[in-house]
Amino acid sequence: MLVLEAIVLSVIAASTPLLLAASGELVVERSGVLNLGVEGMMIVGAACGFAGAYLSGSTVAGALCGILAGAALAAIFGVLTLGLAVNQVATGLALTILGVGLSGLIGRGFVGEKIVLAAHLYVPFLTDLPVVGRILFGEDAFVYVSVALIVAIWLFLYRTRPGLVLRAVGDNHVSAHALGYPVLKIRMMAVLFGGGCAGLAGAFLPLAYTPFFIPGMTAGRGWIALALVVFASWRPGRLVAGAYLFGAVSILQLHAQALGLGIPPQLMSSLPYLATVIVLVLISRTRGTAGSAAPASLGLVFVPDR
Amino acid sequence: MKHRIVVAAAAVIFAVAAATLGAPAAEKLKVGFIGVGPIGDLGWTYQHEVGRQAMQKALGDKVDSTFVENVPEGADAERAIEQLARTGHNLIFTTSFGFMDATIKVAAKYPKVFFEHATGFKRAANVSTYAARFYEGRYIQGQIAAKMSKTGVIGYIVSFPIPEVISGINSTMLGAQSVNPNMKVKIIWVNSWFDPPKEADAAKALIDQGADILTQHTDSPAATEIAEQRGIHSFGQSSDMIKFGPHAQLTANTDYWGGYYTQRAKDVLDGKWKSEDTWGGLDSGMVVMAPYTNMPDDVKQMAMATEAAIRSGTLHPFKCPIVDQDGKTVECKGGSRLDDGQILSMNFYVKGIDDKVPGK
Repeated sequence: MLVLEAIVLSVIAASTPLLLAASGELVVERSGVLNLGVEGMMIVGAACGFAGAYLSGSTVAGALCGILAGAALAAIFGVLTLGLAVNQVATGLALTILGVGLSGLIGRGFVGEKIVLAAHLYVPFLTDLPVVGRILFGEDAFVYVSVALIVAIWLFLYRTRPGLVLRAVGDNHVSAHALGYPVLKIRMMAVLFGGGCAGLAGAFLPLAYTPFFIPGMTAGRGWIALALVVFASWRPGRLVAGAYLFGAVSILQLHAQALGLGIPPQLMSSLPYLATVIVLVLISRTRGTAGSAAPASLGLVFVPDR
Repeated sequence: MKHRIVVAAAAVIFAVAAATLGAPAAEKLKVGFIGVGPIGDLGWTYQHEVGRQAMQKALGDKVDSTFVENVPEGADAERAIEQLARTGHNLIFTTSFGFMDATIKVAAKYPKVFFEHATGFKRAANVSTYAARFYEGRYIQGQIAAKMSKTGVIGYIVSFPIPEVISGINSTMLGAQSVNPNMKVKIIWVNSWFDPPKEADAAKALIDQGADILTQHTDSPAATEIAEQRGIHSFGQSSDMIKFGPHAQLTANTDYWGGYYTQRAKDVLDGKWKSEDTWGGLDSGMVVMAPYTNMPDDVKQMAMATEAAIRSGTLHPFKCPIVDQDGKTVECKGGSRLDDGQILSMNFYVKGIDDKVPGK
């Protein structure tokens, strides 16, 4: 296959976990909750996803286990921050540490085992098309789910009433509560959804990327997903662009190294993060003094009777 | 008043607990290990755990050992090493280059505890260093690669530009050039000892750019896995990765620390421990080549012959003259080969490598 086609395929594979995790986090933050535990949820998703797929022999079972694991950890986060009104930042960080430790514990018995990678789509004529065939019609299910998911999220947030209510809760939870909407219930559902997405994103790594589980295999992707949500100004369209941009820069820096261009590899490794920061600065400048695009109640604790 | 009694009681309890924990064990030697990655990396850190288990088995209930994994190189390392020193461990192995300064610092505070730092070069009265001559195994790998590669390009995935890694690259290329003088290499630095998805991405990028033999100086089996998927060959690193690449792996540069660890623990038990520098290779059993597979018999015979030659000392990977990238002949301080000091501080590429050493 052409080098260009190979590069695009690698970029898509690298961007998919970021897109999945960031999509879930977008919904969570849009509802006003700042969930810093994405990394922990991703990695328990990876551990449980691998365990599920290994024990059952099915990628779907593995993916489901990953989603449930991420949601379970998110449930703990929800109970603490929404039920007990604990500080969201501290809880999120604590859950990341818990998640990383738990994943090591769960995954310990599975280290050294291998599974079969997720199957790729094959449509007889379409997949064989030159250049675009494999990119559009030859991906694994995770990629298609990630695209469908972000489209569904966009439709939900901007074209449905429940989505409008969610955004309202994120922008001004006091007014939403005054109007009679169940703020905490809505936020809890958003948090569970976000955790499930993070778990699915984590499960992608052992199920479709490198078919083994090793402690620490997410290597900070959860944090990148968090940064992507800010980078995207909490908008789904920009989120897709950001995820693929980040994935592209990560892959291209490896190719640039292999080409022997002579640019210091440490600089190349930092390029994806530099790109994110630069774009963030540019975005902020064009908005002028209108203020941040963040949901106004992001991170604020809400207690109904206070 | 009641509050103060509770606090005082708690303090007494903690003090007693600390004293008990800190008291040196009567007969048993407590040995501690600090690993930079997870034991489950099935690579570098895993082999140290294998070594620990071998030592534990050999010395039975004369030793008690602990392995602390996933300690990042840097400030946190000092805390972890100090924790082991404080809790009665009298022999501590710090198993990564980046633990060097932390080890020296803690060693200064605990002069009665013995420290062994892997792959470093700073010593003290109570700090030894040890490493394996991985470059010997890499020379053999280079030769095999030159014979097995159709495109003539080796794909090399590496972590950080430290001398050990650079001497590994050079040794591989010198071995390859001894069979095919026009062998080329493409190098990708992933800036981590352990990041399976990134190593997988690097492997894919190298293959997409024409490499058809992969080798690595990182700690996970990701590259071997990608090689298996893409139907090319690879070399395992630190551990035998044949499980991940049953058709891909040609051999692996495995580290075996069990013998060394058992010996050093025995030295402490017998009171004979001295600070020294150990650099063992194929001859001392610290470097063990995984079984040669997936290659034709003549390549296997060549590899085994080279291994025997290196082991007996008749062949040295860095035999002079060594010419660097700029065409200069490197000064030969070891007689007929580069001396250990030169290999340990190597910061140049040999002729035939088109890349530039990062940071030069």
